[in-house]
Amino acid sequence: MDLTPIWLTLKLAGITTVLLLIIGLPVAWWLSKGRSFIKVILEAIITMPLVLPPSVLGFYLLLAFSPEHGVGKWLQQAFNIQFVFSFQGLALASVIYSMPFMMGPIKSALQQLPVSLSQASYSLGKSKWQTFTKVLVPNIKPSLLTAIVLTFAHTLGEFGVVLMIGGNIPGVTRVASIAVYDSVEQMDYSTANAYSLILFSITFILVISVFIFNKYRLKSPLE
Amino acid sequence: MISIDIEKKLKVYQGQRLLKIAAEFPTGSIIKIHGPSGAGKTTFLKIIAGFIQPENGKIVADKVTWLDTSAKIILAPQKRKAGFVFQDYALFPNMTVQQHLEYATKDGAWIKRLLAIGKLETLITHKPEHLSGGQQQRLAILRALAIKPKLLLMDEPFSALDADMKTGLINDLRSFFKDQGTTVLIVSHNQQELEDLADRELIIDTNFHE
Repeated sequence: MDLTPIWLTLKLAGITTVLLLIIGLPVAWWLSKGRSFIKVILEAIITMPLVLPPSVLGFYLLLAFSPEHGVGKWLQQAFNIQFVFSFQGLALASVIYSMPFMMGPIKSALQQLPVSLSQASYSLGKSKWQTFTKVLVPNIKPSLLTAIVLTFAHTLGEFGVVLMIGGNIPGVTRVASIAVYDSVEQMDYSTANAYSLILFSITFILVISVFIFNKYRLKSPLE
Repeated sequence: MISIDIEKKLKVYQGQRLLKIAAEFPTGSIIKIHGPSGAGKTTFLKIIAGFIQPENGKIVADKVTWLDTSAKIILAPQKRKAGFVFQDYALFPNMTVQQHLEYATKDGAWIKRLLAIGKLETLITHKPEHLSGGQQQRLAILRALAIKPKLLLMDEPFSALDADMKTGLINDLRSFFKDQGTTVLIVSHNQQELEDLADRELIIDTNFHE
């Protein structure tokens, strides 16, 4: 059995999770503080992938980043970057598609922290950044772990978006979920079963680890 | 000297009410603030600290303008560095007693003295969840004192302490305030509680005048 799709899937999930952590923490922090029309719109956009059919999202990303026109053409000409049918494209699509899984738990946890924690830190002369890194983030660890695992696990299982923007190029965009579909189409059920079992096992171990870790915090891992 | 003249609309059950306070407090004075629940005592302290902005007002502390709405001057809480003891303590769940004080100051000798004042020397590795209510309240006071503030704002700071602990702590605080020349504003429901400590009084009632 070719393990490349598994490695590719793990690489994609890892990169997506790290990128979303970097983007998600400050954006979720900003969203958690107060409300404004811009924030409502941004939150709606971030939440869209939860309810939008993946193929629709993939279709629009395919159009947006097509090297024939618009942004895709500009990226191709200016930076020689092509997002369509490439691993970069998969990573970009995954970041967009998995964004609510990272943002949701972090934003919710930050909103639940008493505002007096930040105020206490400010009164000690600490900057917003010091307060964020030393007080707020350490106190949302369970939710942060939940967000990381959900994002990683969700990226492992992506299919529609990945297929639309990445296609099925072995070694480049053929991730495990596509390999399963491909094997079934070729009536190769044993290979499909092997890929599925590996994905199932990884996801199960990840989710059960979060439940065990968060059990000691008396908090539902899905909060 | 700290001079305060503020107006803040408060949301209440019937609609809105105006919190309007004008007062001057000499440096080193200890002011007891009391009034009925919902009168705006905590809001008043938070306006001084810079956590809440009033619609109109001016706050000048030791000739430094902290707030002047007409000149659009709003000094950040970090620059005001007014020590604040929160009614809910606002302790950091991720930090031990020692880490709370180290977060506020790097002065090891001062931390040691504070721990002695609060009688928390034996609990330095404990996190807030493993402290009693009284211990948590003492830690909240020590953390505010750690930065040696020129102005200290205390919101019901002794409510969880037993009588002996309260008397001992108030004695220690009195000498600390005198040494440091700290101006202190203390919100308290218990009018007798601060008779030995406070030298002035500010009443905030629902009609909102001094």
